[in-house]
Amino acid sequence: MPRERQSSGARRVRFHLLMAPICLIWCAPLVFTVIVSFRSFTDIIEHGIGAAPHSFTTGAYSTALNGDGTGGEGRALLNSTIITVPTVVALLLLSSMAAFALSRYRVPGRRAIVAVMLTGNLLPPQVVLVPVVRMVQSLGIFNHLIAPILVQTGFGMGFYTFVLYGFMRSLPEALTDAAHVDGASPVSIYWRIVLPLVRPALAGLAALAATWTFSDFIFAITTLQSSSTFPVTVFLFNFETLNITSWNVIAAAAVLAALPTAAIFLVFQRQMISGLLLGSVK
Amino acid sequence: MVAIGEGAVGPRSPRRHRASPERSGLRRVPPVIWVFLGLGAAMEAFWVAWPALNTFYYSFTRWDGIGKKVWVGAGNYRGLLHDPVFGKALVDNCIWVVGFGGLSLLFGLFFALALDRPRRGVGLYRALIYLPLAFSLVVTGLFWQTFYMPGGPLDTVLGAIGLKGLEQQWLAQPHLVLYCVLVAAVWHEVGYIMVLYLAGLKAADPELAQASEVDGATAMQRVVFVLLPQLREVNLIVLAIVVIDSLRTFDIVWVMTGGGPNNASQLLSIDMYMEAFSDLQLGYASAIAVVIFLLTVGFVMFLVSRMVKGAR
Repeated sequence: MPRERQSSGARRVRFHLLMAPICLIWCAPLVFTVIVSFRSFTDIIEHGIGAAPHSFTTGAYSTALNGDGTGGEGRALLNSTIITVPTVVALLLLSSMAAFALSRYRVPGRRAIVAVMLTGNLLPPQVVLVPVVRMVQSLGIFNHLIAPILVQTGFGMGFYTFVLYGFMRSLPEALTDAAHVDGASPVSIYWRIVLPLVRPALAGLAALAATWTFSDFIFAITTLQSSSTFPVTVFLFNFETLNITSWNVIAAAAVLAALPTAAIFLVFQRQMISGLLLGSVK
Repeated sequence: MVAIGEGAVGPRSPRRHRASPERSGLRRVPPVIWVFLGLGAAMEAFWVAWPALNTFYYSFTRWDGIGKKVWVGAGNYRGLLHDPVFGKALVDNCIWVVGFGGLSLLFGLFFALALDRPRRGVGLYRALIYLPLAFSLVVTGLFWQTFYMPGGPLDTVLGAIGLKGLEQQWLAQPHLVLYCVLVAAVWHEVGYIMVLYLAGLKAADPELAQASEVDGATAMQRVVFVLLPQLREVNLIVLAIVVIDSLRTFDIVWVMTGGGPNNASQLLSIDMYMEAFSDLQLGYASAIAVVIFLLTVGFVMFLVSRMVKGAR
């Protein structure tokens, strides 16, 4: 490696010569899947799945969306949304309320509670899986969308409470103290003062929670049973086994399943990254 | 991300501007605040703490989920010692921790170092590197399955660059399949690790790096002797995250291989899932879950102790 300082122009060229190919290779699995998804079945049979495309059709997408007797991916995407929206709202609401209580009031044993919350979010899902499925069955909500909503809200509570607790503790005391002195109720302090102040954290956590809830597989596959209730992750898994011969359709289904979270990511990139950092290095 | 909790939190350092509750303006607890706390705490207790305790209890029983539980003491754990599938899963999971953890860390650090300074194009490169984070592990698995298809893109590329001899059924080779899935999982994780390292580098002292540059240090020397020592805390957090994620890895393996062929990509979580939901050995599966839990806790405690030591 040459020691002398290079001109900034040479450096820039070298930087791009290094990074551009790497990033291109990095995207290869994604790009190839997209290419396969736009090819026709006969094209793949004739030229092989790894060949350059000889056809362009969106047929695989409509097959995936409408399904061939299995319910279709449109339904699955809807189910995922029906699970995700209430889960994200419930998670952020309940965890911010708990974090508010823990960070602003002399709750006995709050350190222990925070420690339990922290342990809870280190827990692998496997550790709760069997009992959770039993509980879902005995509550009579097995194979209902409310099951993954409740389970994921419960399972995520520790993480979001812990992160928001840290965030709320760093807010200046003077703000809430002044409101107390003015006779504001705890509810209005929470709603009018603290929540607006933690809005940046909430935005990041909301983007994360939406992505993670949408991506959940293990809780959905164990608490749901029929294709009419499957979210898109479980749908994809079954769809793959049913359509193993027409890989263009599977590829299209995978791309469709990737779109919602990719959209969240592209729009809320900044917030998501700050959310990830909040959860770890803050 | 590693589905839920993919971003498990690293342990935090307790120091830094945190008002102690005694001198801060914490107040007596009005009833409504108990409700505020109670709702979330009840969810956590009901869906996490209680089931986790039950898993411990189940792990000492034999139970098919329908009949009565039969207390077997440590029987399930003794059974694990002689279970070749569990043994395979444990070995594979160790390989997974080292390979997945090591590669995620190396690539994450490499990309963070390469993309640390703001310049034209950095934003785009960064976005491409952490784009996989936006996909579920199920989707990621399907992308890579497409890539690995017999006669698929990977084989075509190998053929085109004169390595036709390497073409094969990637996911059907018992000696390769685990690593093929591992690469896919690393692809998904690296962006997250890069984000953490980028934050760590931002906090690193720029003057030290500049001074070493003036003193004639090579880029490599600068990284090893100047930057890495400053990244100690981030390193530990990254380690905690990759190990926790390694031990809970399920989706991507289940989708790509189902643990096969013939247990060639068996991991603890896969073994646990099959015992519980295919074989209905709920007690035995719970014992595996407890092992996963103990490994996770053990490792996190080890890292926390390292962190505390480092802070002193």
